Amino acid sequence: MITKRIIPCLDVRNDHVVKGIQFKNHKIVGSIVDLAQKYSEEGADELVFYDITASTDGSTVSKEWVSKISDVINIPFCVAGGIKSVNDARSILNLGADKVSINTPALENPNLIRELSLEFGSQCVVIGMDIKTIDGKSFLFAKTGNELTAHSTEILALDWIRKVQKLGAGEVVINSMNQDGMKNGYDISLLNELSKVCTLPMIASGGAGSDDHFINVFANTNVDGALAASIFHNNEYSIQDIKTSLQSNKINIRTSL
Amino acid sequence: MSVAIVDCGGANLRSVATSIERLHIPYVITDNSDEIINAQYVILPGVGSAQNVMKHLESKNLNNVITQLKQPVLGICIGMQILFNYSAEGNTKCLGIFDENIDMFSESNLLKVPQMGWNKVEFSDAKLKKLNDYYYFANSFYAKTFDSTKAMSDYGSAFSSVVQKDNFLGCQFHPEKSAEAGVRFLKYFLTKS
Repeated sequence: MITKRIIPCLDVRNDHVVKGIQFKNHKIVGSIVDLAQKYSEEGADELVFYDITASTDGSTVSKEWVSKISDVINIPFCVAGGIKSVNDARSILNLGADKVSINTPALENPNLIRELSLEFGSQCVVIGMDIKTIDGKSFLFAKTGNELTAHSTEILALDWIRKVQKLGAGEVVINSMNQDGMKNGYDISLLNELSKVCTLPMIASGGAGSDDHFINVFANTNVDGALAASIFHNNEYSIQDIKTSLQSNKINIRTSL
Repeated sequence: MSVAIVDCGGANLRSVATSIERLHIPYVITDNSDEIINAQYVILPGVGSAQNVMKHLESKNLNNVITQLKQPVLGICIGMQILFNYSAEGNTKCLGIFDENIDMFSESNLLKVPQMGWNKVEFSDAKLKKLNDYYYFANSFYAKTFDSTKAMSDYGSAFSSVVQKDNFLGCQFHPEKSAEAGVRFLKYFLTKS
């Protein structure tokens, strides 16, 4: 059967991988190409690059760096941030990306999901969902790249999943804003709630702080992959460390045969 | 040695081209029938939908060119699926090299569709067991196992991950995205004659 995926997420600004603390004070972590190569060699199953310059200020940023990634790695990767049209997506896919992930533009124009999946196939279309649970109800948030623009859409996450499935999405990334940056584990109850209606591959995001958190999310939910950033960027764990722990807990992962 | 990567009208030909370039083998991306006929190896890459790929090939008159090829041909993902009789994707009549049809996985919250990620591929031929490994898949449609199946994988049930008939080889996974396993598979194809 298909294996569970470990997916490092890299935030990109001005051709570098950065990390910020609560949307501010972005520090350069390293070069895009070097980190892509490092994670790929360590056994990452896939990479996600999130262009944080593009999504909140409305600009269209050159994505030439995408081609540099496809020159050095031979595992799948997804690009997120600032993709608002079929043409935006086409240029990124032609530079070598396998999928594009859209978040706010999908909320503003749901029909974009249908257009993208008809043009490129649903396997290219990932929907990023930033979700905050308030009084037991889970709502979609938009423009979350900047604390000044982030706001609730008052759309229920469950309803949004049902809708994007119908429109032809190929995967959903569930980012729990309650857990994001807390490093105390993925949002198990949110993931289980959303799994009930989801027939698409689902990726957990937000909250990874240790190998136990990966074990927990795969043992207790139906997710297909787990995304994480700082745990890898800070060199707290390597991809291989996480995979070794998962393997000893009988989680089905890709290893060398 | 030269490789023709057929421009089937989809996006992302770059990844396949890059994987051939890394092997230091000259290639051309083309929809010109002479260039395809004269290449030593032909690759049908796999991004897009069955109906769009077939429409593109027919508009360039390449459907007849491809079925007549005598050199080794590798179809990747959609490139493999269009070698079958018919695809349930868009109810599309395909090239008919393999006398079987392409079906859609039936989705549920236990079996996610598309299949997306790394799955184990097991070859039946003892000489090819060294290629057994995890490969990267991204597909909603599949071929069941039949007499041309060379390797199978499991997604809810067994399906064909590699098929072969005469000079036509097809893989459901993406070797260009399958790390070192994919490199070994492409090298295997490029040693065929």
